[in-house]
Amino acid sequence: MTVAAEAPGAAGATAGPGGLRARRRKEAGLAYLLLVPALVLFAVFSFYPFLRNFKLMLYETPPVPGLPAHYVGLHQIWPTLSSTQFTQSLITTIVFMIMVVPLSLLLGLALAVAAHRKLKGMAIYRAIFSSTVVSSVAVASVVFGTLLNPVVGLLPWLGINPSPPALESTTWALPSVALITIWQFLGLSFIIMSAGLQSVPDELLEAARIDGAGAWTRFWRMTVPLLSPTIFFALVVSTIYAIQAFGAVDILIGPQDAVRLHTNVLIYNIVNTLQIENNPGAAAIMATALFLIMLGLTVIQMRFLERRVNYAR
Amino acid sequence: MRAEGARDDVAVMPDAEATQPPPAYRRPRRRLRTVASYTALTAGAIVVLFPIYMTIVNSLIRPDQLVQQPPPLFPTDPQWGHYATAWTAGHMSTYVATSAVMTAIIVVGQVVTSILAAYAFAFLRFPFKRTLFVVCLATLMIPFEVTFITNLDTVTSLHWFNSYEGLSIPFLATGFGIFLLRQAFLQIPRDLQEAAQLDGYGHLAFMTRVAVPLARPSLAALAVFSFLGAWNQYLWPLVSTGGTTPLDTVQIGLKQLLGTQVSQIPVSLAGAVIAFVPLVILLLVFQKQLVRSLTAGAVK
Repeated sequence: MTVAAEAPGAAGATAGPGGLRARRRKEAGLAYLLLVPALVLFAVFSFYPFLRNFKLMLYETPPVPGLPAHYVGLHQIWPTLSSTQFTQSLITTIVFMIMVVPLSLLLGLALAVAAHRKLKGMAIYRAIFSSTVVSSVAVASVVFGTLLNPVVGLLPWLGINPSPPALESTTWALPSVALITIWQFLGLSFIIMSAGLQSVPDELLEAARIDGAGAWTRFWRMTVPLLSPTIFFALVVSTIYAIQAFGAVDILIGPQDAVRLHTNVLIYNIVNTLQIENNPGAAAIMATALFLIMLGLTVIQMRFLERRVNYAR
Repeated sequence: MRAEGARDDVAVMPDAEATQPPPAYRRPRRRLRTVASYTALTAGAIVVLFPIYMTIVNSLIRPDQLVQQPPPLFPTDPQWGHYATAWTAGHMSTYVATSAVMTAIIVVGQVVTSILAAYAFAFLRFPFKRTLFVVCLATLMIPFEVTFITNLDTVTSLHWFNSYEGLSIPFLATGFGIFLLRQAFLQIPRDLQEAAQLDGYGHLAFMTRVAVPLARPSLAALAVFSFLGAWNQYLWPLVSTGGTTPLDTVQIGLKQLLGTQVSQIPVSLAGAVIAFVPLVILLLVFQKQLVRSLTAGAVK
């Protein structure tokens, strides 16, 4: 703690040693008072439930309703993590992330580069490109649910008439949910990339242009390296965004078991385990696994990507 | 964002070109580049807006037009009644009211708890300051998807299931808000605090009359960010409400409204538009603050 070293401040100099201590105690008291609301809420709704997951995972609820949960120690953990249901869910989530992350970053970057020139009316384009950031998963699901509807609108007219329809197909349901997620994330991707582009000195790109570097070369050899901290940040954000997907699956995927199996992303699986299978123990194990995956992703991305990231100004 | 800077540059550019004309061959190329830029921008805008545009169109056409081929790209016979149906029979009015109350509680709560905690971290000296700040930031690493299992039990045992308390109280504090406002408070010059102290301002007076007004841009950013998160949240309102008279928010209401019959589609699309409108207004009015809060993590 460096707090003690800072102690003899201007305010304390005028007061005597006794007064200073009393004053200090009063200041600390006020500080704790101000922190109480936030800390109590964090304790009750964040740290306690996080830690309680570790207790929950020791108890198993029998599949028969009405029977109480009983202590099984660590014996529930491995069967839950190695169950087909969980591994399938994990694979689905990874496939989903691969569909969502690169495309939404690339599209966001493309829009940001297009909107970077100072032209008339750019404010309108920027507002349009940012707009999907305010869309909710329910709105996006209703919007795309209709666009992908097999009888309504464009698809039948364009002659795209898959049978079964996209959202009822084991092949196309997950890409459909990915499409919705990409569209929803595009706004944030654009905003992050745009903010990053503002910090790339225009003179540098202009100089390269005068030196005869083409648009393609300038983009890959200058913009992307100079933007790498931003791209890195967007990568972390979009990965975490994708791993938290739930609403679109909950709203759009029908009751067909086969399709559900192919869109059984992690959060959906956790909610199902808790509410349908009524097994908080298994849900807690999966939730903790989710936490570790997210933590791991952040750490790995930081450790391995940071070195290749260009922080030069 | 550098909106003003951009305007300056546009104003300056013609002069610069007038005094120093570029080589003759570059003028048409420049115009070509501008045309290409606008083409790309417009194409991007169409792709981004197309789903929203089609939603508005489809919410206004007659149900029999939905299956028409080619599909109508413009509502020739606008059925505004779909909005009335969604609002009353579709219960959107109730859903919007519920969401508005819940969102208001969360926004006010987050702003207040963040101001208090951030003030302590920025202006006061006390033991375990650094540790407690790390504790606040650590909450950002614990996603709600990990804690909702127990939160559901907590809320139920407090008899808050299916209530405004249950919907909002778990979200009344935010590590992000504390972080954002602490940054803003730290920008306030120390001299100002000392001057205020000499003027006889206590901490409460300094907080309400100096610190909070000076941190207004960050407060606005936090409020907009909270509004967006609260209005759009899905998982918690889904699992923490239910029973015979479920307290459904707009997002959950939309799920109820999403019918399986083709004839119901325009009404559910009207519902989606109703749910989206407050956010479009938010974006148009507070775009700057929104961008500020969304990119807060990117700026070191």
